[in-house]
Amino acid sequence: MPAFAFSEANQAEVARIRARYPADRQASAVLPLLHLAQAQHGGWLPRAALDHVADLLGMPRIRVYEVASFYDMFNTEPTGRVQVRVCTTTPCWLCGSDEVVAAARETLGIEVGETTLDGRFFLREFECLGACANAPVMWIDDDFYEDLDGPKARAILEAVKRGEQPVPGPQSGRRGSEPLGGPTTLLRTGE
Amino acid sequence: MPKLTIDGQTIEVPPGSTVLQACEAAGREIPVFCYHPRLNIAGNCRMCLVELEKSPKPIASCAMPAADGMVIHTDTPVVHKARRGVLELLLINHPLDCPICDQGGECDLQDLTLFYGPDHSRFAENKRPVADKDLGPLISTHMTRCIHCTRCIRFLNEVAGVEELGACARGEHMEITTWIEAALTSELQGNIIDLCPVGALNSKPYEYRARTWELKKTESVDVLDALGCNIRVDSRGNEVMRVLPRLNEAINEEWISDKTRFAYDGLRRRRLDVPMVKRDGKLREASWSEALRAAAERLAGTGPERVAAVVGDLADLESMLLLKELMAALGSPHLDCRQDGAKLGIGPRASWLFNPTIAGIEQADVCLLVGCDPRSEAPVLNARLRKRWRQGGFRVGRIGPPRDLTYPVEELGAGPQTLQEVVGGGIAFAQALRDARAPLVVVGSGAVARPDGAAVLALAASLPVQREAWNGFAVLHRAASRVGGLELGILPGPGGRDVAGILHGVEAGEIEVVYLLGADEIEASRLRGAFVIYQGHHGDRGAAAADIVLPGAAYTEKHATYVNTEGRPQRGKLAVFPPGEAKEDWRILRALHDALGLRSDVATLGDVRARIATLAPHLARIDEVTPANWEPLADAGAVDRAPFGYPFDDFYRTDSISRASAVMAECSRLARERRASEATGTHG
Ligand code: SF4
Ligand code: FES
Ligand code: FES
Repeated sequence: MPAFAFSEANQAEVARIRARYPADRQASAVLPLLHLAQAQHGGWLPRAALDHVADLLGMPRIRVYEVASFYDMFNTEPTGRVQVRVCTTTPCWLCGSDEVVAAARETLGIEVGETTLDGRFFLREFECLGACANAPVMWIDDDFYEDLDGPKARAILEAVKRGEQPVPGPQSGRRGSEPLGGPTTLLRTGE
Repeated sequence: MPKLTIDGQTIEVPPGSTVLQACEAAGREIPVFCYHPRLNIAGNCRMCLVELEKSPKPIASCAMPAADGMVIHTDTPVVHKARRGVLELLLINHPLDCPICDQGGECDLQDLTLFYGPDHSRFAENKRPVADKDLGPLISTHMTRCIHCTRCIRFLNEVAGVEELGACARGEHMEITTWIEAALTSELQGNIIDLCPVGALNSKPYEYRARTWELKKTESVDVLDALGCNIRVDSRGNEVMRVLPRLNEAINEEWISDKTRFAYDGLRRRRLDVPMVKRDGKLREASWSEALRAAAERLAGTGPERVAAVVGDLADLESMLLLKELMAALGSPHLDCRQDGAKLGIGPRASWLFNPTIAGIEQADVCLLVGCDPRSEAPVLNARLRKRWRQGGFRVGRIGPPRDLTYPVEELGAGPQTLQEVVGGGIAFAQALRDARAPLVVVGSGAVARPDGAAVLALAASLPVQREAWNGFAVLHRAASRVGGLELGILPGPGGRDVAGILHGVEAGEIEVVYLLGADEIEASRLRGAFVIYQGHHGDRGAAAADIVLPGAAYTEKHATYVNTEGRPQRGKLAVFPPGEAKEDWRILRALHDALGLRSDVATLGDVRARIATLAPHLARIDEVTPANWEPLADAGAVDRAPFGYPFDDFYRTDSISRASAVMAECSRLARERRASEATGTHG
C-alpha cells in the first residue's frame, strides 16, 4: 500500500488544527484533517490517508473509516478533479432539479456517478445541501449555484469547462435568500 | 429511588435504572434487539417501545431513564401497534431464508415476529442487497440479515477492547464491516455470534452442519484454560457440533474465548481410540486386557523407586486421585502434576489460589501483574480486568515483557528485581498498592515456573495486599487440572522427584517406568530411555513417547470434576461417548488397580467422589469457593536476574485438543502472519 503523508505546508496546518482540541480529545480533529488530506490527494482519500489520520489522532482505524464513509463529502475512491453535485432532495426536486441533472449529464457527457474520460469532472446526486430556499442547487467544488434551471446549469458548466469561474450564488438576480420577487417586508424605513 | 407505575403496579427501582429495567423488575417482558445488559445502550432498534403517559408517542424503554412518577403501559393497543410496526420495518430488508439459516430456531427476530409481528408484508419493492463480509476463519456472515443493532460492534469495542468492526456508510447503505476485509483479531470474537440477534453472524465451522433443535445440550465446564468457564456442549449422535457459553456471573459472565468455543474439531482428530502396546519397536493395537496386563507387569516388576508418574493439564480430579493412590500402593514417591515446573504447592493453600476470586476483580482498585499475560492465559479473565478498568479508578502495573492487554498498563520492569523493588517500597507503584483499598496482585504461572519460582512466589506474597475481608493475592493458572492436583497433593512424596527430577532420572537411568496421565507438555523426547505408559485421549507429544497407550476420554466425554484457578470445584458432564474403545479415565485407573491385584474399594464414580469428599471436603462443595486462610510464606531464597517470560506465544494451540484442531491451526497461522507483518511495519 502506498504511504500517505501530509505535505510540509499541510503539516503546519495539521498542527494548527490539532491545537484547537485538548490532548485527550484529539479525535475531534478528524473531520478537518480528512478534508485536508482529501484536498492534498486530488479529491479522494486512499486507505493510507485514512490510516495516517487515525494513527496521528490515536483513533482506532475503523472509527476513521466510519467517518469517511458516513459523509458524502469524502470520497474513498478516485474521482474527477472537479466535483459536480446536484441536489435532488424533495424541495430541489419540486423546483426542477430533474432539469439540472439532465443539463449536467448532457453538458458533461456522463451519467450520474461517473467521471469524464479525461478525469476532470465527477457528477453525482446529493441529498439536501441546506439551501432549499434557493432550490434547485448545484454544488461545484467549493461553490453553490442556486435558483437554477436547465439552461442556467448548462451555462455554468460550460463556463467551468472553459476554465472560467462563474459567479456563485443565486442565478435569479436576488440577493441571498430574499424573496424571489423582491423584498416583501420591512419596506418602509425610519418611520 | 424513583417510583414508577407499570401496568398499574407501583415499583421502586435503584437510581440510574432505565424504564426497561423497571419493567423487567415489575415482571414485564419487553422485547429487545439492540439492548444488552452487558453493553452500552444504543437505542437504535426501537423494539422496546412502551407507552408513557403524557408522552405524545411511545418511548424506547431501554434508553429512557426511569423517573419518579412515570406511568408506563406495556400491554396496550398502542404498544402492540408500535411493535408490529417496528418488526414490519425491520423485515422490509430481511430475507425470508429462515429455512436455511443457522440461527433458525434460536433467532430473536423469528421469535419476536412470531409473538408481536405482522402476519404479512406490505413491501413489494426489492430488498436491499448487502455483500457478505470476510471476518476470518471463525465467523461467517450473511449481511442481508443484519438488522443494525450494533451489538457486535459494541462488544468488540467495549468488552473485547479490539475496535475492528464498524458501521460504515449511512442510512440505507449502512453496513457492518471491517472496511478492509481483514480477519478479526480478538480472541473473544466468537461471542458476537451469540450476541447477534439474527443470523447475520454465524459460526463458520458450524455453518450448515445442524439445526439447533436436533442437538442434545449438555451443561459442562471448559478445560482449555484454568478458569473453568461454564459451557454448553451441543452434540448430535456421538459428535460434538458446537460449544457455547453458559451464564455464570462468578466466572465467565456470558463470554468464552475462541479456543473454548472453536477447538472442538480437535476432539475428532488424532484420537487414541484403541489400546496399544509396543511390539518390535512399533505401537500395535491390543485388547484392553492385554494392554492393562502389560502395563501392570511392567509396573509390578520395577522397583517402586524407579517408577514415576506425571499428570497432564487436562486431567480430572477423580483420575488424579486414583493415580495418586496407585502410586502410593506401588510405593513410589515420584509423582507430580506441575508439568511446567511451577514452584507451587509447597506453602499453604492460599499460596496457589486466585484468592480474591474472578468476580472479586471488580472490587480491586490497583492491580499488579507479575509475569502474567492474562490475555493469552485466560482471555475471559482479561475481559474482566478490562471491565474493571472501564469503570474507572483502576491502576494496572506490570512486571514482565510488554504485551497489549486492551487497557493501559504501567510498565514497571522485566523481572524479579523489579518485584523486589516493589516489595521494598522503592518505586511509586508500591505506594499505590499500599494505599489501595483492595489491591490485587496476579502472579502468572510463568513467573513461578522457573528455578527461583518459590522465591518469586514468596516475594509476591509479601506484598501488602491483605485487607480486612480481602485477600488480594492471586495466582493465575493456565492448566485446568492444576489446582485440583495441588489440592489433592499430586506432588512428589518424601524423597520424591518433581517433573524435572523425573526427566533427569530417566536420562540418568534411575527411573525406568513413567506413567503419563495425559501429560503432553513435558519434553517427551527426554523420556526415550524409559518405559512410558501413556493414558490420554490424543496422539500428541506424550503418546509419541509411549510404549503402552491406554486411550482415555476427553473432557466432553466424561463425568468429571475440575477445580478452577479460584479453587472452585465444578462438574463436567458427558456429552458424547469416548471414541472407539476409549474409556473414562477413572475407569482405566480402576482397572489398572485390578490388573495389579491391588485392593481398591471404589467401584463407581460415586465412590471416588466420596473418597475425595473425605480427603478434601472443600472439593466436594461443587461450584463453591472455599476461601483459604492467609498465612505469610516462608522466605524461599534469592531470586535471579532473568526477566519473566510468558507461557504462551500462541494462544490458539496450547494443549493436545487445540493442537489437533484445524480451526485453531488456521487462527494461529493468521496471528503469526499478523505479528510478522507488524514487526516489519508492512501491515495494512
Ligand atoms: S451483524 Fe448482527 S449483531 Fe451486528 S449489527 Fe447486524 S444484527 Fe446486530
Ligand atoms: S433540498 Fe436541495 S438544498 Fe435542500
Ligand atoms: S432495545 Fe431499545 S431501542 Fe433497541
